[in-house]
Amino acid sequence: MSDFKALAESVMKADIKTAVAETQSALDAGSRVQDIVDNGLIAAMDEVGDRFSKGLIFVPQMLRSAKAMKECMKLLEPLFQEGDVTSKGKVLIATVKGDLHDIGKNLVAMMMEGAGFTIIDLGVDVSPDKFVQKAQEVEPDIVAMSALLSTTMPAMPHTIEALEKAGIRNKVKVMIGGAPVTQKYAQEIKADSYASDAGSAVSKAKELLGIG
Amino acid sequence: MIIVGEKINTSRKSIEEAVEKRDVGFITKVARDQAEAGAHYIDVNAGTFLDREVDCLCWLVETVQNEVALPLCLDSPNPKALSEAMKRHKGEPMINSISLEEDRFQSLLPVITSQPCHVVALCMAQTSMPTTVEERVQVASELIKKLTDEGIPLERIYVDPLVQPVSVDTRMGIATLGAINRIMNDFPGVNTICGLSNISFGLPERRLINRNFLALCISYGLSAAILDPTDKQLVASLLAVEMLLGRDEYCENFIDAYQNGRIVGG
Repeated sequence: MSDFKALAESVMKADIKTAVAETQSALDAGSRVQDIVDNGLIAAMDEVGDRFSKGLIFVPQMLRSAKAMKECMKLLEPLFQEGDVTSKGKVLIATVKGDLHDIGKNLVAMMMEGAGFTIIDLGVDVSPDKFVQKAQEVEPDIVAMSALLSTTMPAMPHTIEALEKAGIRNKVKVMIGGAPVTQKYAQEIKADSYASDAGSAVSKAKELLGIG
Repeated sequence: MIIVGEKINTSRKSIEEAVEKRDVGFITKVARDQAEAGAHYIDVNAGTFLDREVDCLCWLVETVQNEVALPLCLDSPNPKALSEAMKRHKGEPMINSISLEEDRFQSLLPVITSQPCHVVALCMAQTSMPTTVEERVQVASELIKKLTDEGIPLERIYVDPLVQPVSVDTRMGIATLGAINRIMNDFPGVNTICGLSNISFGLPERRLINRNFLALCISYGLSAAILDPTDKQLVASLLAVEMLLGRDEYCENFIDAYQNGRIVGG
């Protein structure tokens, strides 16, 4: 297996120019696209998320690393073959009904995408019905909800109830997060998981789907 | 500069516990400390109690006003909680907050016109958060027009231009500052108010960022702030900036705060 240490390092350091050059040289050296993605880019973003969760790096650095990965992906995407790069899972994500605050949700979506999940982002102020409707349509592995306000948190159990009513609660894992949300609240409303930040959202999602 | 003391908010764990236990001693101490530190209003927020918010907010109003002779900033989007709290409130409260979101505006309008009060008008529209100066000024103008049409005087309106993290988009600081400047110029007599901590989300040394942002906000015309008045470094920045802008005759407030131990320098 090729070593993508320099590539991973440059993504972690958010050195976009070097990251793109390393991606190109990996391609030139005949590396498989999937190896570059998995062992270079995703490995780097896993480390970025982990460092962020630990408070070692900060939001702008994380954003910049994600941008570096995106730029590398631009080189790789045209070369994808059918079934070449497998998704870690499908995540339906949005802020709940009544809540327009999407900064946290966007960070989570970005890091999950960086970790190799497929993201379907419904945006903000998404009603339980809309969650259900879209879940039926795209059949996600995870439904992720975000709320910044204590006043909009009750939309989370409402959405879970709506998933139950539609008979698809047992087909998805439910993850929640947001400033006023806690692990205790997740247990109370019978969500499957709670994540306190964008880095841990990735590891919690992997735990939920049993992918290390 | 009008200071609204932010500390009595149940999203803080110690406050939530005190409200749960109806701990009069704890709440009155937090209220008194803020009053002595120079707060003009004491914010009370019981939002985390959800369906028990009405009772909790009313209890906070009575408990705090039994201790300090200050008006309160009633902090809730819930019309029922606000109207019940207003019935128990002595003097003219500040209501935090109304916005341009249609449901919120319509449900709060009867509350804020039921008796004289000051109103925080949050620059939040129906479908999304504003990002640019222009969007903020647009929402502010609409809110100011609607509120003054309902007979609320400009001087009682406190426009909150919304503060968003500079870590996510480095233009967010200047977006708020530019909006403060425009709103204060376009509507002479109106107030602007904001909280500070959102600006520093996702960054280290948040208190340092917050107090520098406050200094900038004041220099752009901010007339009120929701903050922790017992934070001596923050208040030191506030008073120093007001003094440097020529708003503190004989530097009296700054010196007084120093001599009474209410501020500390670097």
